[in-house]
Amino acid sequence: MTGTVTPLAPGSADWVRRHGLSAIDTCRLAQLHAADADNRITSIEGDLGDCGGDAFAERHPERWYDFGIAEANLVGAAAGMASRGKIPFVNTFGGFALTRACEQVRLELAYHQSNVKIAGTFTGIVAGFSGPTHHCGEDLAIARAMPGMVVLAPADAVAAYQLTLAAARWQGPVYVRLGIDPTDQVYDDSASFSIGGSTVLREGEDVTIVAAGLTSVATAVAAADSLRSQDIRARVVDLYSIKPVDREVLVESARRTGLIVTVEEHSTIGGVGATVAEVVAAEAPVPVRMLGMPDEYAHEIGSYETQLRRCGLDVDSVTAAVAGEVRRWRR
Amino acid sequence: MTTTGTRPLTELATRIRHHIAELATTSPGAHVGGSMSVTEILTVLYFDGVLRVDPDDPQWNDRDHLIYSKGHASAALYAALAERGFFPVAELAAYKQPGSRLAGHPSRSIPGVEWATGSLGHGLPVGVGIALANRHDHNPGRVFVVLGDGECQEGSIWEAAMSAAHFGLDNLVVVVDRNGFQEDGPTEEIMALEPFADKWRSFGWQVSEVDGHDVTQLGDALHRLPFTAGQPSCVIARTEKGHGLSFTANTHTWHYGKFSAEQYRQALAELSGQRAEAGS
Repeated sequence: MTGTVTPLAPGSADWVRRHGLSAIDTCRLAQLHAADADNRITSIEGDLGDCGGDAFAERHPERWYDFGIAEANLVGAAAGMASRGKIPFVNTFGGFALTRACEQVRLELAYHQSNVKIAGTFTGIVAGFSGPTHHCGEDLAIARAMPGMVVLAPADAVAAYQLTLAAARWQGPVYVRLGIDPTDQVYDDSASFSIGGSTVLREGEDVTIVAAGLTSVATAVAAADSLRSQDIRARVVDLYSIKPVDREVLVESARRTGLIVTVEEHSTIGGVGATVAEVVAAEAPVPVRMLGMPDEYAHEIGSYETQLRRCGLDVDSVTAAVAGEVRRWRR
Repeated sequence: MTTTGTRPLTELATRIRHHIAELATTSPGAHVGGSMSVTEILTVLYFDGVLRVDPDDPQWNDRDHLIYSKGHASAALYAALAERGFFPVAELAAYKQPGSRLAGHPSRSIPGVEWATGSLGHGLPVGVGIALANRHDHNPGRVFVVLGDGECQEGSIWEAAMSAAHFGLDNLVVVVDRNGFQEDGPTEEIMALEPFADKWRSFGWQVSEVDGHDVTQLGDALHRLPFTAGQPSCVIARTEKGHGLSFTANTHTWHYGKFSAEQYRQALAELSGQRAEAGS
């Protein structure tokens, strides 16, 4: 067998690692691969620059359109296409889709249950040096308030690839939240994902850390590993499907560990923490402490790392916050 | 059903106005002004052989699409759809009544309605998407988007207009009901649109300006589409807000309202006079 090279399956952890792909890269590749197999898939975008649309444009030029800098029209046109049987992926900044084109998303996608998928880039605080106009901490709250809207936040490039394929198969509107930079890999080749699902990444009895999205899940895992030296065993749940949400895993976590701490690169109002609180308040009330972007816009620019520290979302801050909560509730 | 000759079309327009007057009386209220102004536009689209639609099969794959972006004026649309046979004329009595599907703004639960509208500025982007998909699929269905002039103050209209020309969508047609009024008053006083035709031309559209109450002029324009291959077509139909009734014409007061019994009697009298005239 010497000399034979086993081809890596697209979307697999090894494939992602080998090519150094980001979540955006694999989302775009998943769109391309879905389009290879299904001629209803179209990929449209709003002047996104170097964000991976070229391969699709080259291979399926008749199913790729750049709508320029006009998000309301981009979303409305996607809905029109979907009404004629197409499955459009709308590639734009998540913040612009969900805020600037919010009413088009509400009426044209959610109300009409249009089979349109939004691939939202530049979410959270990854664009640290771009300043507050390009930080985005509201998209999850807005998207999940819309009836019938599926909201997904993949934790890494492996999840982004698989969840993009799942979105393509799903009948109805889906928002996929993507960051921008290459991120830590959370998943290996055994990972599988489904809309409405979740993944338990670490088992523990003292506290459950529920996280979703790029960086936040990896941070939650790193914090859990670090907490072991303080004799704190944390369960870690990747809640990548924020809507529909895996109520079972949240109720089970609440019952097993009591205390829950949530970690998200989104406002603590209306996002992952709120989702968790809504479920456990109704079904298994336990304390839920939310870590996320504060209810204010950033006053200073800075690197992603700086912004994470500012929001208390770096590994050290999360570790300390979880340890503090556990000590408080053990007393 | 195709009706030819101006006399039956004029008569149909009067019949639609009759329905509008009735709905403005029996319902909590209706957008009278914009319904009365768009009446001949809908009459020509549905009854002069312009729109290729099948009331027995509203989802027919090769149909033309009408995106009625000015969804407020639902009374006129419902009357036209009922007269065209998409649902029984008797159902019009349910307009804005509890439990009815005939809401103040059209929803897709109504046969013949392609898109839920009424929040303004939404129709043209959707039309662009349908036109793109149909062109990709070599589907003959064209897309007609009926816009109110006031809603052309929305930026999304011009985003869509720009893209329709950029993509060369000659299967897309805009018909603007240019009645010159919006809720707060004359468009030119509230937020001027003129030079309106020039705006569309500069965005890459071929424009035809017609008298929007003259079914012959409307028909002539809508039967020679596209005006130019490779370009979207725009028909600016100059109309009168509240046209057809002396007390609703040329005012924004009747943008929305409810007729009293007396107003209804007057409307009937004026409309039967027009009907006799059209039939004479």
